[in-house]
Amino acid sequence: MRRGHPAVRALPLVPALVLLLLFLAGPIAYCVWIAFTDLQLTGQAHSSFTGLANFRRAFQDDAFLNAVWLTLVFTVLSSLIGQNTLGLALAALMKRASKPVRTLTGGVVITAWVLPEVVAGFLLYAFFRREGTLNAVLDWLHLPRQNWLFTLPILAVSFANVWRGTAFSMLVYSAALDEIPAEITEAAEVDGAGGWRRLWHITLPMIRRSIGTNLMLNTLQTLSVFGLIWVMTRGGPGDRSQTLPLFMYEQAFQNSMIGYGTAVALLLLLVGSLFSVVYLRLLRTEV
Amino acid sequence: MPRQSASRRRVSHRHASRRRPSRRRATRRLAADLALLALAAAFALPLAWVLLSAVDPGAGLRVRIPDGLTLDNFRAVLTPGITYTPLLNSLLLCGSGTALTVGCAALAAYPLSRFRSRLNRPFLLTILFATSLPITAIMVPVYALFVRVNLIDTLQGTVFFFAASQLPFAIWLMKNFMDSVPRELEEAAWTDGASAAQSLVRIVLPLMGPGLAVVTVFSFVMMWGNFFVPFMLLLSPDRMPASVSVNDFFGNRGMVAYGQLAAFSVLYSTPVILLYVLVARRLGGGFALGGAVKG
Repeated sequence: MRRGHPAVRALPLVPALVLLLLFLAGPIAYCVWIAFTDLQLTGQAHSSFTGLANFRRAFQDDAFLNAVWLTLVFTVLSSLIGQNTLGLALAALMKRASKPVRTLTGGVVITAWVLPEVVAGFLLYAFFRREGTLNAVLDWLHLPRQNWLFTLPILAVSFANVWRGTAFSMLVYSAALDEIPAEITEAAEVDGAGGWRRLWHITLPMIRRSIGTNLMLNTLQTLSVFGLIWVMTRGGPGDRSQTLPLFMYEQAFQNSMIGYGTAVALLLLLVGSLFSVVYLRLLRTEV
Repeated sequence: MPRQSASRRRVSHRHASRRRPSRRRATRRLAADLALLALAAAFALPLAWVLLSAVDPGAGLRVRIPDGLTLDNFRAVLTPGITYTPLLNSLLLCGSGTALTVGCAALAAYPLSRFRSRLNRPFLLTILFATSLPITAIMVPVYALFVRVNLIDTLQGTVFFFAASQLPFAIWLMKNFMDSVPRELEEAAWTDGASAAQSLVRIVLPLMGPGLAVVTVFSFVMMWGNFFVPFMLLLSPDRMPASVSVNDFFGNRGMVAYGQLAAFSVLYSTPVILLYVLVARRLGGGFALGGAVKG
């Protein structure tokens, strides 16, 4: 099927390419450039090239290292452990549950996911506040209460991210579990394999590709969470829930050091790209 | 479609085997139901707060049964300053952003889906790579860039950035949907003398209506809920979309009126939830993201 010159055929790609180059590739290239300068927000006509100074500074900055650590905690708790495991559990339970319960649970979990980021932030802020719902529930159960957003802010925002993000894993795993032929699990059952053994030896190996891609996408999504934490804690108290995106924002705007903030952004982008490449490889080897 | 019939076959198979170990299966189902209900209750608690507080005259921070029902909270926030202007701004911003995204994605997907080229694969891999980049990371340089080129605090600048950030995924989805429209129909049109542009508009796009709806709704929902992009790129209060203006309930107004905050949250969230429900059948189960997950 030959219709016109290849250049003419590629013409419809132009608007998208222009947008992508100007507003996505452009800023990324600009990011790489200003990460090596001392660009500041105000009172300075010219910025100068400072080489690796921003990066050297970052790795000596306790606040930066704190943000790296908190990002790691946030990602492991909420994405690797929380969203992933809970999503799989929900999907597996849903396969066995009755239809009304399945619909109800799915509806609630997905609503949490579709809700705008800021609204989700408010809901969980209200949930974790000292006079909020969680403490009311704990009182009712005669368990000790806590001022969660003050004593364990990173735990609170991690739970918030689990609440908000689990639906995605649930959908991915529901689709993956549906692909497993019923004959295989039933044969294992007849052979006397218990629930955990079936999970470990049959289900998990059969959905390992979905696990890989889901972990990748969850991690990438979690790395870029800003609004949720911003609304709940603003990164505080102090800097005890300040993950890298919030640290980047604070350096660039509250301390008006765009160059330094961008260096942090570049590091975040590099970590993201690394995950993205692994994700592509996962897709390629298995497709 | 073949997928649907395969799952139906599996279902009927399951029905056949259900007759034998039925009691054990019933116990198991009950256990699963109870576990799911407990999880659903945990997920529902924060949601219950927003719904109950919105109609509670004395709303506080915790979930409680309201003393009486009232619409005062809604009445208080349904003013131009608090609700109408921000929602209109959101609509303008996300509407234009979505239109731009869907238009560009449909055009771009056409050659990618219809013509073989050596560049297709590297292009699609780049797109897929960009799909998963953490866009949050580049907001600081985007701000710096927008200040330099005078796009800061403009509607068009924000719309362009919104569209660009959503484009990789939209192109990817659109291409997958377009691949499922058979070429034969188009070839017939071509022999009748239709141009590629005509066949795209008259034949391909109408045939992939549901796919088009998914891309449109998905882009819109993503933009509607996005906080960081307008938070960074817009400065004037009268241009703020709802995702940012909702913040004012905390910062500038002193005492927080939680009932009003809840009422506003309900008003602001309802459109996207309705839109999601509208396309949920197509999105659900495998979810169109399966396109991204499956490659």
